[in-house]
Order: sequence, then structure tokens, then C-alpha cells
Amino acid sequence: MISARELRKTYGSNSVIDGVSLELGAGQCLALLGPNGAGKTTLLRILATLLRPTAGALTIGGADALREPERARALIGMVAHGSHVYEELTARENLRFWETMRGGDTAAGRLDAALAQVELDGVADERVRTFSAGMKRRLGLARVLLGQARLLLLDEPFTGLDRRGRKWVNEFLLGFKAAGGATVIATHSFDGGLGVADRVAILGSGRLLMDRPAADLSPEELHRLYESLTDSVEAGP
Amino acid sequence: MIRALGWLAVLGLMAGLAAGFGYAPREAVQGNVQRIMYLHVPAVLTAYLAFVLVLAGSIGYLATRRSGWDRLAAAAGEIGVLFTGLTIVSGSIWGKPTWGTWWTWDARLTSTAVLFCVYVGYLLLRSLIEDPEARARYAAVVGILGAVNIPIVHFSVKWWRALHQPSTILGPERSPIDPAIGLALFVNWVAFTLLFAYFLSRRMEIARLEEQT
Amino acid sequence: MTYARRAWIILWKDLLIERRAKEHANALLFFCLLLLFLFQFALGPDRERLAAAVPGLLWLGFILAGLLGLGRSFLGERDNDCWEGLRLTPGDKSAIYLGKLAGNCVLMTAVEIILVVLFGVFYDVDLWTPAAPLALVLAVGTIGLAAVGTLFAAMTTQVRARELLFPVLLLPVQVPVLLATVSATQALLLGQPLADVAHWLKLLAGADLVYVTIGILTFEFVLEG
Repeated sequence: MISARELRKTYGSNSVIDGVSLELGAGQCLALLGPNGAGKTTLLRILATLLRPTAGALTIGGADALREPERARALIGMVAHGSHVYEELTARENLRFWETMRGGDTAAGRLDAALAQVELDGVADERVRTFSAGMKRRLGLARVLLGQARLLLLDEPFTGLDRRGRKWVNEFLLGFKAAGGATVIATHSFDGGLGVADRVAILGSGRLLMDRPAADLSPEELHRLYESLTDSVEAGP
Repeated sequence: MIRALGWLAVLGLMAGLAAGFGYAPREAVQGNVQRIMYLHVPAVLTAYLAFVLVLAGSIGYLATRRSGWDRLAAAAGEIGVLFTGLTIVSGSIWGKPTWGTWWTWDARLTSTAVLFCVYVGYLLLRSLIEDPEARARYAAVVGILGAVNIPIVHFSVKWWRALHQPSTILGPERSPIDPAIGLALFVNWVAFTLLFAYFLSRRMEIARLEEQT
Repeated sequence: MTYARRAWIILWKDLLIERRAKEHANALLFFCLLLLFLFQFALGPDRERLAAAVPGLLWLGFILAGLLGLGRSFLGERDNDCWEGLRLTPGDKSAIYLGKLAGNCVLMTAVEIILVVLFGVFYDVDLWTPAAPLALVLAVGTIGLAAVGTLFAAMTTQVRARELLFPVLLLPVQVPVLLATVSATQALLLGQPLADVAHWLKLLAGADLVYVTIGILTFEFVLEG
């Protein structure tokens, strides 16, 4: 699904992403860990074709994402901090808007089904302004479901959610994986997402310090590795 | 190469000065102040050349995303503003004794002033964006719009007012100028164009070096 | 067909949000009322002086309201990363431009109708007799203003000193539109027939075509990044 080689992103003399390569297949989930400022959001945005890398190659779903970003975008669904919701529109209207923008079918039945899948059918006609953070996040997920995304890019999907909310997102991601979708979750917290990940990667100062199958590591080992790797990066060369 | 261009420009300017003050005759009606035309007209022609280059650089950048085109647009924009300013000031100096006032809202002066404002806005936009990629993109859009707008401005202002002398160089009719004046104008125009080319190359070179650091 | 649907849904969204939040409309309408006072006080009580200045004041009012209203076209997209959401949608981005342009034209038209009515009432000027040709001038002038305004609004939304840069960029480019519309309006208010201002209308129509075309061609470059 994703094939990234030597991605680099520099702003002036500041190198935010410094030679990142990774591969991700369909039905796989990659958890991208890293402290704040490591470049997770930047990397995610490059993968989403929102940001052009200064150097490197990126293929998404077989399409050259740098030369033909439109083809890649058709496959990508992204839920970032903002969830892309218009506060003054209702949940249903938000979905209708975004699905029309994607050029998809906005039949009432489809919208209702998506809302039901994220358990927002009860508040379909309420304005998003009244929603909690978790509900907005779920609406974002409904949006990418409706758009039939094959690659899900999530930036801190567990932030601001209570235990129930996190459990819900976890189950959603498992369902998405089972349906063959690929996922990249960027997070700095160990509280969620690791259960669903097939691989864990640690990003520090723009470089991938580790990229291993999740099955290889116990949570304690992972924690220790994370601490030592990010400490050594912070200590500097 | 650039150095040679610079020297050539200096020579051209000296020749232009000589032609303007020595060779060309004193104009019958306006007197010696008319000689400022040898500065004013080449300046405005060079300014238009600059803005055509801004257009070219803008389109070039959007088409190829190579920063060389953006450097061209930026440098041409800066120098264009300079020459436009020169045009306005020289026009104003010419106007005071000729029409009795520093400024009139006649067609040509107004068009030039509007041109000046458009491209000052262009430079302001450039100065407010730090990200070089975004800066090049946005500036290119404004550069294209500003350049394409020039004929629209020209016609709207011309119809709005007609006080300035009918265009003797750029007009469709055969210019009724004394050939000596015409030659002096030509020499000065060549000199200005050389000077412009010199400034442009230098400015682009500086920009290229800045980018590398 | 998808293109038209996308432009339409942008218009639908903006009108719906405006109707619910009423952010722009109320303040702009009140602003128009204030302008009325401003102009009156600036020009003094001489009725004839004011009447002679009406064409210019009318368009000055539109432009000032336009600077306020148009500059905010894309502010709604800044919340919740919706701007990025738009960037992620596949397909020709110029549909977004046209949708926003349509929305801005609706907004500007509402402002203009209000101003025309206020002018007619408060300044005691007959704007009813030449209403039809005047409406034509307003239409082509509005498209010209909105076409460039929408494009520059998208650009300046992301830039520092947005409120200053937007007018600085927009006004010089709008000079031809201002000159043409004021001259045409003046002629019409003096009772001249539409045929007399045909050249202005042609200039405006030509300019509109150029501005909208450039907007369509370059919007994707503005939306990026």
C-alpha cells in the first residue's frame, strides 16, 4: 500500500524528516511512536500528499504520490486533530458535504449506514458544535469510511478520549484492518493503538530509530526501547 | 560576463547622456526640461519589460517548479518597481513646469501609478511569506494577475481621462518626432535596457547564492 | 457533472453556515448603514454635492464592504483543519473556487441591494428609473470584484498581516473595475441610455472573463500548502 524511500523534508537548514523509508501492505497497521517534535505529524502529512518532501520517493496504492497526488488521494482517508468538521453543520450535512467533494454517492441510505457504524445515528441531525471531542473524531472516521478509503492515516486518534472512547476506536481499527485496509497511527502515548498494530516504529528527530513487528516485543520491552532510543537522540551526537 | 554587461551599460548611459544633452536639439515649446523625456520614456519601457519578465517567471515557476523562474520573477519585480518609481518621479518633474502641477490624474501617469501599486503589493506579499515554496507560488499567482491586468488598466484609465500627450512612441500613428530626438531616445532606451539586464543578472545571482546557504 | 456538484455543495455549505451563524450578514449590513453616515458627514450638508458624488460613493461603499466581507471568505475553513480536508479531496480544485465565488457574489449582491436602497432613501437619489441598466453594471462589476477577491482571500488566509495585505493586493488590481463601474453608473444616473456605456460594459465583461479564468487556472496552486 505504501512504499516510501528516503523521504526528506527540510525547512531552510532545519531537517525535520531526515531519510525515512518504510513499507506497509494492505491489511497492516503501523503504529508510529515518537515524542512531540519528532516529526510524526510532518511524516503523516507527507504520506497524505499534503506536504511535498524535499527529496525521496513515495508510492501509494501503486501510484507515484509525488507525480500524481490525486490518484493517491482517492485512496487516502485522514483524520487529524481537527477531524475536518464544520461546526455549524449537522453530522449528516458534514458527511454529505465531504462525500460530495469526493465525488461519491450521497444517497441517504449510505450516509445513515456510515453514521450507524460510528454510533452517531442518534445525533445525525444535531450540529457538530454540540459534539464532544470523541464524537467529532467518530464523525471523522465515518467520513473516511464513507469515502471508501483504503489507507487510513490517523494523527493522535486517542487524544482527548475517555476509556470507552479509546476502546471504541480500537475496535473500529480492528474492523478496518479485517476489511483489508492499511493504517498508520501516529501517537506519542502508549495508552492506545498498540493492541491493533502489526508493526511499531519509533521516530526520533526525523529518523526512524526502529521498525519492528509488534509481536516481537512485549509492552515493557517496547517501553524500555522507546525510552532509551529517544533519550539517546535527545542527548545528541 | 556580468561585469562586461555592467561596463556596457555604463558606456550606454554615457552615450545616452551625450545624445540627450548634446546631440538632440532643444525642444521648441517645452524647453530644456523636455530632455527629462530621455530618462522618463526609457524608464517606463524598461519597467514594462520588467513586468513581462515577472509574468514569464511566474508562469515558468508554476509550470516547472524550478526556483530559477521564481528568482527571475522576484528580481524583475524589484527592479520593475524601481524603474516605475523612476518613471513617476521623472514624469512628475517634467510635469511641474509643463502643466504647472506636480501631479495630474491624466491617463499615462495614473496607469503608471496603478502599476507601481500593484507591484509594490507583489513585493509586500513576498516579504510576508517565509516559506520559500509558498512564497514562490503565491507571488506567481499575483504576478500573473498583475501582468495580465496591465492592458485592462491601460484602457480603463485612457478612456477615463485624456490629458497626457497622445502616445508618440507606443501609439498606432506614425510618431511625429524630430529624428534627432528619436535617435537620442533610442540610444537612451538601449542604455537603460542594458542597465536593467545588468541589475537583473546581479540580483538573480545574489538570490541564487542566498538560497544555497 | 461531479465538478458542478462540488462547486454547488461548496455554495450550499457556505450559505447554510451563514444562515445559521449569521456571522457576516448582520455586521456587513450594519456596516453599510454606518457608511451612509460616514459619507454624509465627510461631504457636508450640501445636497447637490452629495448627489453628484453618488456614483463614486456607491462603489466606494461596495468596495469597502467587499474588503471586509471578501477577505473572510476562507476563514471558516481554518477551524478543524477543514482547509486540509479540502486539499485532500480528489479532483479539480477550481470547483471550490467557483463555489466560493458564487457565494461571494451572493453576499456582495445582498450588500449592493441594501446600499442602493439606503442611498435612494437617505440621499434622495432616483435609482429606480435606471434600475435595469444599473443592475447590469452592478452585476459585471460585482463579478470582477469577487473573482479577484476570492482568489486573494484564499491566498492571504494563510499569510501574516492578512487584514492589511488583502486590501493592498486587491485595490490596485480593482482600479479598472472601479473606473469602469463609476463612469458607467454616473452616465446612467444622468439619464444616458445603456448604449452610451456599452464600451464600459464590454471592458468589464472582458475583465471579468480574464479574472475568473485566471482564478480557475491558478486556484489549485493557491490551495496547496
